[in-house]
Order: sequence, then structure tokens, then C-alpha cells
Amino acid sequence: MANYMSFYVDNLCCVRGNTVILSNVSFEMAAGDCLILRGPNGIGKSTLLNTLAGLTPEDTGTCTINKGDIAYSGHLDAIKFQLTVAENLQFWAGVYGTDKVASVMQDFGLTELADRPAGNLSAGQKRRVGLARLLVSNRNIWLMDEPTTSLDAEHTALLTKMIDEHCQSGGIAVLSTHIDLDIQNARTLDLSQFKPDQSQSNDIFLEGSF
Amino acid sequence: MLALFLRDLKLAIRTSGGFGLALAFFLIVVMFVPFGVGSDLTLLARIAPGILWIGALLACLLSLDRIFQLDAEDGTLNVLATSPIPLSGVTVAKSMAHWVTTGLPLTIAAIPLGYLLNLPSVAYSWLCISLLIGTPALSFIGAFGAAITVGIKRGGLLLSLLVLPLYIPTLIFGAVTVTKAVEGLDPMPSLMFLAGLTLLSVVIMPFASALALKSNLS
Amino acid sequence: MSLWEYANPVKFMGLSSRLIPTLSVLTVLCLVIGILWGFFGTPDDYKQGSTVKIIFLHVPSALMAINAWLMMLVASLVWLIRRHHVSALAAKAAAPIGITMTLIALGTGAIWGKPMWGTYWAWDPRLTSFMILFVFYLGYMALWSAIEDSDTAADLTSILCMIGSVFALLSRYAVNFWNQGLHQGASLSLDKEQHVDDTYFYPLILCMAGFILLFVLLVLVRTRTEIRLRRATALAARNR
Repeated sequence: MANYMSFYVDNLCCVRGNTVILSNVSFEMAAGDCLILRGPNGIGKSTLLNTLAGLTPEDTGTCTINKGDIAYSGHLDAIKFQLTVAENLQFWAGVYGTDKVASVMQDFGLTELADRPAGNLSAGQKRRVGLARLLVSNRNIWLMDEPTTSLDAEHTALLTKMIDEHCQSGGIAVLSTHIDLDIQNARTLDLSQFKPDQSQSNDIFLEGSF
Repeated sequence: MLALFLRDLKLAIRTSGGFGLALAFFLIVVMFVPFGVGSDLTLLARIAPGILWIGALLACLLSLDRIFQLDAEDGTLNVLATSPIPLSGVTVAKSMAHWVTTGLPLTIAAIPLGYLLNLPSVAYSWLCISLLIGTPALSFIGAFGAAITVGIKRGGLLLSLLVLPLYIPTLIFGAVTVTKAVEGLDPMPSLMFLAGLTLLSVVIMPFASALALKSNLS
Repeated sequence: MSLWEYANPVKFMGLSSRLIPTLSVLTVLCLVIGILWGFFGTPDDYKQGSTVKIIFLHVPSALMAINAWLMMLVASLVWLIRRHHVSALAAKAAAPIGITMTLIALGTGAIWGKPMWGTYWAWDPRLTSFMILFVFYLGYMALWSAIEDSDTAADLTSILCMIGSVFALLSRYAVNFWNQGLHQGASLSLDKEQHVDDTYFYPLILCMAGFILLFVLLVLVRTRTEIRLRRATALAARNR
């Protein structure tokens, strides 16, 4: 894939409510890169991913990510319990205008679950359906918030392989995780370094005195 | 957008208590009127247009909070917001699905319920046409209310408080259309206003809803 | 020097604290003179007797009931377009004042209506429109109080105010279409020959000016309260 899908983040400030929780985040991503976000709970990993995905507006700074390249996977699986596994993926294929459902289900070991209502699945199985959506969407930049949650060792390995293949074919992945994933070429970004000073706030109502 | 529309239809059919609930509610409201005002058939015939319109409107209100709430709870809304469908498109698909599963069945159910209220026979066609033209406005305005309240826990009551005032013009033009038909006057002017109102809602509400959704996502 | 500078809370607090004393004096002067003049300095109407004098409360409150909503609409648009926090808070501050004005207009109307029309309430288009305006205010205020995050609340109430304005206007015309009314025509009008007599006109103008000043004064005071509240919340959040 061509280079045009690389992006950079420069001096980005992320806000939750009215508080700046990450300031001056800068990094660059080229085709084939994988970035693993690290840091303690509440540091802002999800907020950064949401900001990259355009769900949370950025406060200041630049992010040149092309929203049309993003596939986003949050901490919720975004699957409908009343629909079967196949129908869930079919729906997302329809939304993204792709037709990769069958092959993705094959890759993800979901074929035997295809006709099960998603409500009957275990937490790990649901997560796999949620992750399969990333492949179905056929997008280049994956933003994943804690993708390993509820996955067993076997499927964590499968996830690692999936991210590897995605990056090797020129895709980009940004993910947050607490366990070590054995992904080739993966860089780690510790978000603790971007934690602003306690005094820093962007709230205009804290300025001056009255 | 078609995929989203079809999925919402499928979900409405599979989820128990989807649109059957609205119909049952409509029936009960209409049934309560004779209990409240007496079974005098001439009186019922006179108030039937208003009762049928109010009943349909309230029944429509019941299912509004589902439009976005369920998708917000399981994370689907966040993914949809990053998908190729713009949020206004999401609203259009969902409003249409809401109309097909609520407004359309209510329109059909209004015929037998009109009979129960002794609605004069000249008015049936006008009742159906006015509901058919007017209920899409109810769905699109309702989706806006649902988009505003999507982030609020147990926002159902607030949703009613926000949406019902917005329903006033639709109710007036809809009910006046049928009343005029009952009285033997020309129902066309109010029907035209009703159609205009629906067109306006269809045009502006998706954008207003998209704005509200965007603000609620962050 | 631009008007937008006063969208900064500190600047706004400074300006408003300087304005409030003058405004208070003007408001009291206008209202006291206007109402005393109206109540005691004008003759009884040959048809309506002394009941006509409620006009000095009824018309100005009705005027402000509508204009408060208009002010909220403008402030909401300023928030949506330019994201000035004070603007959003001013809209929030105006709503309870607007709804009170609506209630005063409805109440004085009812008191006036009883001797004139023989009823406190009729489903007259104007009365009904004010009732509708009342529920729009209710919804707007309920939405403000339901949302915790202040920026989201400002966004959503502004959008609601925008859409609400369109539908309130539509309701007004729908209600006219639905029922012809009892209400007399406009009391004041620039293009019509016929309006209230000069003896009523001048005190009425004074009362209207008084109500406008009262509204501005109350909005300023309430906006200051809202700003302080926001600061207190922000401080609490920072120190948590």
C-alpha cells in the first residue's frame, strides 16, 4: 500500500470533560507501523484512541489521520444480541460496503458459530466477533481499545497474528493493552510522559479572579 | 444506510415488545376514551379524529428512546460514527425504520379503532392519508429527541417533555384534516400544511440529530 | 476592542459589576414611575373601566416572554458558532426569567379575561401560544438540569433552542389555523393607525422599558451566578 495513508500526531491535547488529561502528544505512523499505548488506568489511553477516531474533539494540536481509513474497536463489542454472528458481520460489511464476511469468519474460527445468536456467546467469543469487524471493514488504520480483554491464550495469539499480517500488508494499528503482545515491529508509547502538570487546565472559568 | 435500515427492521421484529407494544398501547388508549367520556356514539364520532391522532402520537412516543439508546449502550453508535455513513444518514435510516415499525402499523390499526369510535365513514380515507403523511414527521422529530437524550440515564420522561411540544403542529394539522372531513369541509389545506411539516422535518431533523449525537459521543 | 471580549468570564464579571448599579436604578425608576402613572395617572376606559390598567403588567410581560426566548436563541447560536461559554450560560440564565414572564402574562391575562370575556381561560390562539411557549421553556430548562457535563449541556440545549424556535413558530401558525380567537389585536403597532390611546401609550412605553431593563438586569445577575457556579465546579474538579 502506498505511503499516503501514513499520518502524524503533533502536540495533540486530549480532554475529558473540561480537564486536559494528555498534553503535547506527538508521534508519527508510517504504513506498516504498529503502536502500543501503555500507561496506568485512567492515564487516557481510551481518550487518545477516541480522539484519533474523531469521537472526542481534540483540544489543540494536529492529527492528520484520514477518518475514512479508520476502523475503530472500543471497549464495547458493538454486536447485537438478537442477530446471529453471521448477521452481525454481514451488517457491518453492508455498512462498510465490503464482502469479506465468509473469509473473515474462516480466519477467526467463527464459522461454526455463524448461526448462533450473538447473545448466547461467551465474552471471549463476543470479543472475537467484535475484532472480526475490523477485518470485515477492510480499512487500513485499526484503532483498538484493549482488544485482548476476555480472549484466551490461543485467540490472543490469533489476534497477534492478525495484527502482524495487517501491518505487513501495509496497514497501521494503534492499540492499548496491558499484556505483552508479540507483534513484530511494534513500538511502545508510554502515555505517562504526556500527563500534564496538575495545575494545567483549559477551563476558561479558572482564569483570572472575580 | 440500507444495511442499517434493514438491520433495524430485523431487530424490531426479533425483539419482543418492539412494535406490538405500540399497537397494544394505541388500542388501550382508544378503549379508555369511552370509559372516560361515556359511550354516546354521537359524542364519540365528534371526538374520534382527535382521539385517534393523540393515541397514535402517544403510541409513537413509546418506542422513541430505543432509536439510539440501544446502539449507544452496546458501542454500535461509536462504531457507526467512525463508519462511512454520516451521522445524519444514520438518523435517516433509523427514523425510517422507526416509521415502518411504528407509524405504518399505527396507520393501519387506526381503521378498526376508528370504527370502535364511530368515526363517520367519509373520514376513513382522510384519517389514513393524514396519518400516512403525518407519522413520518413524528418519527423524524422523535429521533431528534432521542438523539438529544441518548446520553442521559433513564431519559425517557425527559424525552417526552422535549418531544411532545415539538409534536404540536403535527397534531393540529393532522387532527384538523380529519375533523374537517367529518364536518364536510375541505380537508386539503390542513393536509397540505401537514405534508409541508413532514417535508420540513425530514429535511432539517437529521442534521439537528447528527449535531446532537456528535455532542453526545464525546 | 470587540464585543467578543466580553465573552471572557473575567471581562464579563468586571463589566457586569459596573453595569448592575446603574441598571438597577434605571429599572426601578422606569417601573415605579410607569406603574404608578399607569395605575393612578390614567383615566378609566369607557368600556373596560379600571380593569384596563392591568395592561401595564400584561403587555410588557408578554413582550419579554417572547423576547427572552429570542435572546436565548441568539445566545445559543453564538455558543454553537463561536463557542463562547458566557453566551451559553446567559441563555441558561434567561430561561427561568422567560418562563416567569410567560406565567405573569398568562396570569394577568386570566385576571383581565374574567371581567372582559367572562372566563379566565379560553382556547384562544394567543393564549394557547403562550401555553405552548411555557412548555417549550419547561423542556429547555429540564434538559439543562438533566446533563452533567456543562459543554454537552450547552450544545444540546442550544440545538434544542434552535429547533424549538422553528417549531414554536410553526405552532403559533398552526394554532391560528386551528381556532379563531377572542383576543384583541396588537396593543401597539408601528404600521397600524389604530392602537391604544396616547394617555395609555406613554406609561405603557415606560413600563415596557422597565420590563426590558428588569430582564437585562436579571439576566446579568443570574449569568454572574452561573459563572461563579461554573468556577466553583471547575475548582472542585481540579482539586479532586
